[in-house]
Amino acid sequence: MKSLVLAPFQHLVCSTMADTELTGAEIVIRCLHAEGVKHVFGYPGGAVLNIYDEIYKQDGFKHILVRHEQAAVHAADAYARSTGQVGVALVTSGPGATNAVTGIATAYMDSIPMVVITGQVPTAAIGMDAFQEVDTVGITRPCVKHNFLVKDVRELAETMKKAFYIAATGRPGPVVVDIPKDVTQNTCAFVYPESVSMRSYNPTSKGHTGQIKKAAQMLLEAKRPMLYVGGGAVLGNGAEPVRALARKLGFPVASTLMGLGAFPEPDPQNLGMLGMHGTYEANMAMQHCDVLLAIGARFDDRVIGNPKHFGKEARRIIHIDVDPSSISKRVRVDVPIVGAVDQVLTDMLKQIDGVPDATALKAWWAQIELWRAQDCMKYDRASPVIKPQAVVEALYKVTGGAAFVASDVGQHQMWAAQYYKFNEPRRWINSGGLGTMGFGLPAAMGIAMAHPDAPVVCITGEGSIQMNIQELSTCKEHKLPIKVILLNNGVLGMVRQWQEFFYEERYSESYVTSLPDFTMLAEAYGHVGMKIERPEDVEPALIKAFTEHKDELVFMNFITDPRENVYPMIPAGKGLSEMILI
Amino acid sequence: MENEAGALSRVAGLFSARGYNIESLTVAPTEDATLSRMTIVTRGSDDVIEQINKQLNKLVDVIKLQDLSDGSHIERELMLVKVRAVGEGREEMKRMADIFRGNIIDVTEKSYTIELTGDGKKLTAFLEAIDPSAILETVRTGTSGIARGERILKI
Ligand SMILES: Cc1cc2nc3c(=O)[nH]c(=O)nc-3n(C[C@H](O)[C@H](O)[C@H](O)COP(=O)(O)OP(=O)(O)OC[C@H]3O[C@@H](n4cnc5c(N)ncnc54)[C@H](O)[C@@H]3O)c2cc1C
Ligand SMILES: Cc1ncc(C[n+]2csc(CCOP(=O)(O)OP(=O)(O)O)c2C)c(N)n1
Ligand SMILES: [Mg+2]
Repeated sequence: MKSLVLAPFQHLVCSTMADTELTGAEIVIRCLHAEGVKHVFGYPGGAVLNIYDEIYKQDGFKHILVRHEQAAVHAADAYARSTGQVGVALVTSGPGATNAVTGIATAYMDSIPMVVITGQVPTAAIGMDAFQEVDTVGITRPCVKHNFLVKDVRELAETMKKAFYIAATGRPGPVVVDIPKDVTQNTCAFVYPESVSMRSYNPTSKGHTGQIKKAAQMLLEAKRPMLYVGGGAVLGNGAEPVRALARKLGFPVASTLMGLGAFPEPDPQNLGMLGMHGTYEANMAMQHCDVLLAIGARFDDRVIGNPKHFGKEARRIIHIDVDPSSISKRVRVDVPIVGAVDQVLTDMLKQIDGVPDATALKAWWAQIELWRAQDCMKYDRASPVIKPQAVVEALYKVTGGAAFVASDVGQHQMWAAQYYKFNEPRRWINSGGLGTMGFGLPAAMGIAMAHPDAPVVCITGEGSIQMNIQELSTCKEHKLPIKVILLNNGVLGMVRQWQEFFYEERYSESYVTSLPDFTMLAEAYGHVGMKIERPEDVEPALIKAFTEHKDELVFMNFITDPRENVYPMIPAGKGLSEMILI
Repeated sequence: MENEAGALSRVAGLFSARGYNIESLTVAPTEDATLSRMTIVTRGSDDVIEQINKQLNKLVDVIKLQDLSDGSHIERELMLVKVRAVGEGREEMKRMADIFRGNIIDVTEKSYTIELTGDGKKLTAFLEAIDPSAILETVRTGTSGIARGERILKI
């Protein structure tokens, strides 16, 4: 029709059509509303000003202005981890996008569903070294599940739909949508597709029936069975069938760092965490089992150690994973099952039509109890200086095990994982795959936005907290009552530990000097600061923080033993039964 | 795969990021302009090839993947060679091109440009058969492949 209109009238025609057409910026907002997004974490800039202008005019979702784009992405990521919904972050082009990259890579490594919208220079300026131009799609390509550059406003709505769909389905992951500024200005009619179908993307969720049958049979025949539960059990809402299966069979359960909480940790069937800093009993059972059921776990190098050593013992492996490329990647498996944990386990439960070998199982448990009797998690409880483990134990006690615990990266992360006993999935939020220092505080913000009434803590180190400490300001603005548990050992403890063990105590650049007065720092941001130096003050301080200061952010600076190490430890490249115990 | 901007770099990026080796890669749109077809020649242990298969399938732009070496198949590559063709070497060069069923597609007083198709081995054999000092320039497309018989890759 338009082509019939003579040139001088074209402008007129467009302006009357504008009634039914929306700008790209409006479309972005409408898509987010249609997806049911309630929180967007972001930071404005030139390329996204049109979008921010539309944010100003709407109240369908709340925008949380962070102080650094990395924090926006971590917050959106933890929002997703703690709720299961897709997290959303919005940043500008150039430095906004590059600041977001660490957050995107963090989410990618842990398979977190997230949509990151990045502004881009106008389409005509792309490739011209324009102001604040970077090739966002190129830079993020290796650390996203997928990404898009939207070149035409008419593709915007469908692209947004695809982005949410890809992020959330199959093996979840971050999706970047890069939107040039002119696309946010241009107009077109808005229709949000109800559904998408993509010929090139069809994740499987139902497992192969024959394989599931075979697995069920194998489990019943096992003499020394073991369930190995990974992050996929949490991501795929598999906690319930995991519990049902474990209880039905009476098998021992161990989890990776990412799977903690899928099976309740205080349960006697739980052997604790596997891997480099896992328990003696979990690692020994993993090494010596004869049938291993891996549930959404990827045989990571921090979990099985040296694959050759792992392969020394004969065992049959069943592996459930939604991503075929996780299967037989590092370890050959006997029964691969491609599918979603919840569906596959539910089907498997139906296939289990007998009982396991009771005598064998009893003997196996007896062996496990001997390993457990090693008490590998013991530490000096009478120490005159605060032991970091004791702080986490006290935190567990004071919060009744009900807190959402975000963590940074280092020794404190391992102690948090080892000594806080998670009863539920999605309560333990940490960066496992990328191991990103600076993740903790923004992650706690994302959780606190999603769960305003729940206790949220951030366990951190004096190294990590300084990597995103500016977010204390965001916490103030949104009155987020996070409890920051700083296990302040005055050292980059995890680095120091490796230097002690493997570099003959040459402590190269691992001592952090000139630390700020964290109490004053917290107060400067308008929060409550506490410094805790004696073991007997640990619990009372925590109680005070969670009662008197329930609704405030409390920054708790625990001065802990600088020489404490994380045990047990499997040195890199060693096997599961080659642990260093305390 | 989808004929989308960026699809090629996703594949190339995957190979470099994961340390897989690419011997050659060819790509062009198909009769359906929304699709392009790529032939990749790679090398690796069975485990590595299995991972390459899975990782490629995981790329959102990849629609279907076939390991041609699973069955009998045909490989073809095109090579253009510019050679010195002077004196008695000129006649010899033409003879060699004929033996390898090459076509001389451009001629000057001093040179021939020869077009040759075949599998990679044949093209290499040609280069080894002629006087190496006569080779002025070569350009090869990399291998394209298709299964023999009724087996087809279609969506
Ligand atoms: C300092 C430090 C120390 C560490 N030490 C340890 C340690 O001692 N022990 C340890 O375990 N880890 C440790 N890690 C973490 C480690 O690096 C890995 O991140 C972790 O082990 C991977 O966990 P996972 O195997 O459960 O896989 P994840 O990364 O959680 O991957 C999940 C798997 O599940 C699949 N999946 C996702 N959704 C579904 C679904 N719906 N259905 C089926 N499958 C699905 C995915 O495809 C993937 O294969 C440490 C990290 C750091 C930073
Ligand atoms: C961004 C980033 N840089 C470097 C590292 C390497 N690294 C891992 S743990 C660690 C030390 C962390 O120190 P701190 O936060 O004080 O924790 P601690 O180990 O002392 O508990 C370092 C430097 C990392 N994981 N992330
Ligand atoms: Mg420290």
